Formats: sequence, C-alpha cells, structure tokens
Amino acid sequence: METIFFLIITLVAIISAILVVTCKNPINSALSLIMTFFCLATYYVMLDAPFMAAVQVMVYAGAIMVLMVFTIMLLNIRVDASKKHSHKLIIGSIMGFFTLLDLGYVIVKSRAALPTGPFSGDMIKQLGHTELIGREIFTSFLLPFEITSILLLTAIVGAVILAKKKI
Amino acid sequence: MGIEILGLPLMYYIAMVAKVLVAFVFVLLTVAYATYAERKIIGHMQVRLGPMRTGWHGLLQPIADGVKLFFKEEIVPSQASTFAFLIAPLIALIPAFITFAVIPFGGVIEVAGYKVPLQIAAYYDTTAGQVFDVNVGVLYILAMSSLGVYGIVLAGWASNSKYSLMGGLRASAQMISYELAAGLAIISVFMLSGTLSLSKIVELQSGFNGFEWYVFKQPLAAFMFFICSLAEINRTPFDLPEAETELVSGFCTEYSSMKYAMFFMAEYANMVTVCALTVTLFLGGWNGPFTAAMPLLGPVYFIAKVYFLMFVCMWIRATLPRYRYDQLMHLGWKVFIPVALINIVVTGIVGYFI
Repeated sequence: METIFFLIITLVAIISAILVVTCKNPINSALSLIMTFFCLATYYVMLDAPFMAAVQVMVYAGAIMVLMVFTIMLLNIRVDASKKHSHKLIIGSIMGFFTLLDLGYVIVKSRAALPTGPFSGDMIKQLGHTELIGREIFTSFLLPFEITSILLLTAIVGAVILAKKKI
Repeated sequence: MGIEILGLPLMYYIAMVAKVLVAFVFVLLTVAYATYAERKIIGHMQVRLGPMRTGWHGLLQPIADGVKLFFKEEIVPSQASTFAFLIAPLIALIPAFITFAVIPFGGVIEVAGYKVPLQIAAYYDTTAGQVFDVNVGVLYILAMSSLGVYGIVLAGWASNSKYSLMGGLRASAQMISYELAAGLAIISVFMLSGTLSLSKIVELQSGFNGFEWYVFKQPLAAFMFFICSLAEINRTPFDLPEAETELVSGFCTEYSSMKYAMFFMAEYANMVTVCALTVTLFLGGWNGPFTAAMPLLGPVYFIAKVYFLMFVCMWIRATLPRYRYDQLMHLGWKVFIPVALINIVVTGIVGYFI
C-alpha cells in the first residue's frame, strides 16, 4: 500500500520537477514548483514527520511561492511565443552532467541507516513530532535558534529601510 | 470483524467512506443554502423580502441558480493564459473543501461493535482506548488556507484584464497579511491546550457546561481570529478583491458559467470552514449537554454553532460598509499583529504563575 503510494507521489514529483524547467511560461513553472513542494511534504508525512510537512506547505508553498507569483504578476512577464529562449545549452548540460555524477557518487557511497540516538519512530508517534522539535529547539539548539532569529530580524529591518526612504 | 483488507478491518473502510461522503454532502448543501440564507437574511435586515418566486418563499432559488450557471456559455478570453485560467477555480475550491478532513464534528459513535470517531482523519485505537487524529490538525488547516490564495491570484493574473489583476493583487496582499495575524491570534490557544490536535482541543473544552470554552479564557484571541479569518476569505467588510463599485467583480470578472460558480462555492465553503474552525477552537466544538449519553447529539450542536457563526457573518455583511485599502492594511499590520503578540506574552506570564 505504502509502496504504491510512494511510487505515485514520486512520479508526480519527477514530472512536476521536469515541468519547472521546461515550462516557457513563468507562472506555469511556479505552479509546477509548488506541486513539487507538495510532493516533498507528502514524503515528510510518510516519514512520520507531520510537523515538517505542514511547515513545508505553509512556508514554501504558502508564503515564499506566493511572493514569487506576486512578483511575476507585478512585472507581468508575458511569454512571446515567437522569441526563442537560449538557455546556454552547453554550459547547462556540463553542469547537469557533473551534478548527476555528484548525486550518483553520494547514492553509491552512502548507506541507508536508521537514525541513531534517543529518537525512535515509536517515540515520535507517542510524544508527537511537534513537542519533540519544540523541546529540542528551545533546549539543545537555543543559541543557533536565537542567532537565526536575530539574523531574520536584521533582514526585516533592512528591507523596511530599503523600501521606505522616509520613516 | 471477519474480513480484513491490507491489515485493516473492512468496517474501517466503510466508516471512512461514509464519513467523507457525509461531510462532503453537508458542506455542499450548506454552501448551496448559505447563498439563499444570505440573500434572505440581508433582505429582511434591509426591510425587503429577498427571493420569493422560486418555490415556497424562494426555497428552490439555489437550485435555479445552479441550473442557470450550469447552462451558461463558457468563455475563455482570447488573450488569457489558458492553463492558469482553467486551473485557478479548482485551486480555489479544493483547499476550501479538504480542510474539513481534520475538523471533529462529533464524539465516538459505535456502529455494529466498531467504534467510529466522527472526524474524517481519525481512528479509534482499541488497545489504547482513545482516538488518534492528525496531531498537527491546526497547522494542516493553516497550510491549506494558505494554498487557497493561489486560486485568486492566478485567476486575477491569467484573465489578462486590468480589473482582474487589481483584484488579484489586492487579494494576495490582503490574504498574506491576515494569515499572519490569524496564525498569531490562535497561538495563545495552543499555549493553553498544549496540543495541535483538534480532537484533543475539543476534549479539553468539555467541562462545566461551556465555561471551559476557550472563548472565555481567550476572548481577545477569539475576536481577532474571527475578524482575521473574515479578511482572509474576503468576506465583507474586507471584500476589496471583488469590490463591485471599483473593480466590476475583481478577480473573477472574466469568468463565466461553472468556473464562476466554483469561485462562488469556494467563497462560501471557506466561510463554512472558518466558522467550523472557530467553533472547534473557541466554542467547544461538538460539546454540549447530554452528549455523553447520546453521542449523536454532538453533530447537532456542532452544526447549530456553525450556523450561528455563519449568521453572524451575514449579519456583519448587512451592517458594515467596506473598509478602505489603507485602513485594511493598517488594521492588519499595526493593530492585530501587535495585539496578538501582546496577548501571547500575557498568556505566557499568566500561564507561568497559575
């Protein structure tokens, strides 16, 4: 059951990932990317990480991609069908080839292992994924969390200052 | 339980399909008759009669409307971006319906010795003796409602019309802003409940004949969440994306026939979902007197509370004029978000000392 489901989702993920780069219309590309994010969220659910799935959809599909679509709309990019797009074919294919080599190396050399440490699948199901993540973030990883939030705050203040000349 | 399919009893599948069908039909019928109720209620509030001709007091009006929209001509503007134009109504409609998967509309009922929790994405574990549901139910709803934006944005952009584009731009800005405020407003509820699972939140509000409802503990959060949700689903007084007087019909100006009807249905389905979520989070969900003795009363209370809130939505529409755009942004960013943040801090301090 789960394998069949996994295969279907993977098929959708691969097709939409291909469509992201092949679509001529930027909005259709963006839509395909959202579909890919959605498939990723499904993988998180199958890995017993529902919190990650919800955050994936909320942050990537719900917030970041809305801003992307918003920008495309504001610039109002229309595809001119007669214009031929040059995607720098040779450089692109060399890059793609090396990425493929890289990925192949990683897949061949790495071994799939169950996660070690105190967290097991049963424990996550018992306590809830959200509680575990929350506890870890605010105890073991407090300093990185605080540093990241200050970084984000700086970015927000910077954006406001750049966008508004008079404050 | 004799027959088993893929490790689960047959009854599980039957119960699941039945629950999905019942919830779906319920939302569809509510959507159809919400349009009638809205016209009737606003009519009476403005000392008019509302629809009277089709059937007794216009009761068949939604069916007549449906037939009319179904047989209208489908028009796709020649300069429109076809794929996005066709898929936009679907993207608007589907998130509005699938959010109902995690909302509990009743307690556990027993059918032929098999215990069925009245919530679609949930099952009853006989060994543990309790209901397990999606333990990130609220986040799931927030995620799905954030997807609903795409329908409106795409509709606005793909139509290739100035009015639609303006409507779409307004809608996306408004929905993103108010999503934040609504999300921040309900954090204080989770601070009290300690869980994101909706069935547990309902369970926690069950005591003392309604005095355990979170609306009494978090009145500010309840008020802000309801207002922000109205803004997020573009209801009056925040219906700027389809402001008739300025933008013809906003993002759905170029749509006709069933595609227009889909946007209409999405709007009302969103209203049902928002009211159901408010009921679940703040008004005790399906709790009410005698539910322990008669579990089937749960859905009745749930529906009554949802319909009451929908009436409040229509009441607001009949009473208040539309907000101006700068007022709307001011309200969202400079009033609701700071107040919600203060509410979280106060809840944290009070929760620490009690």
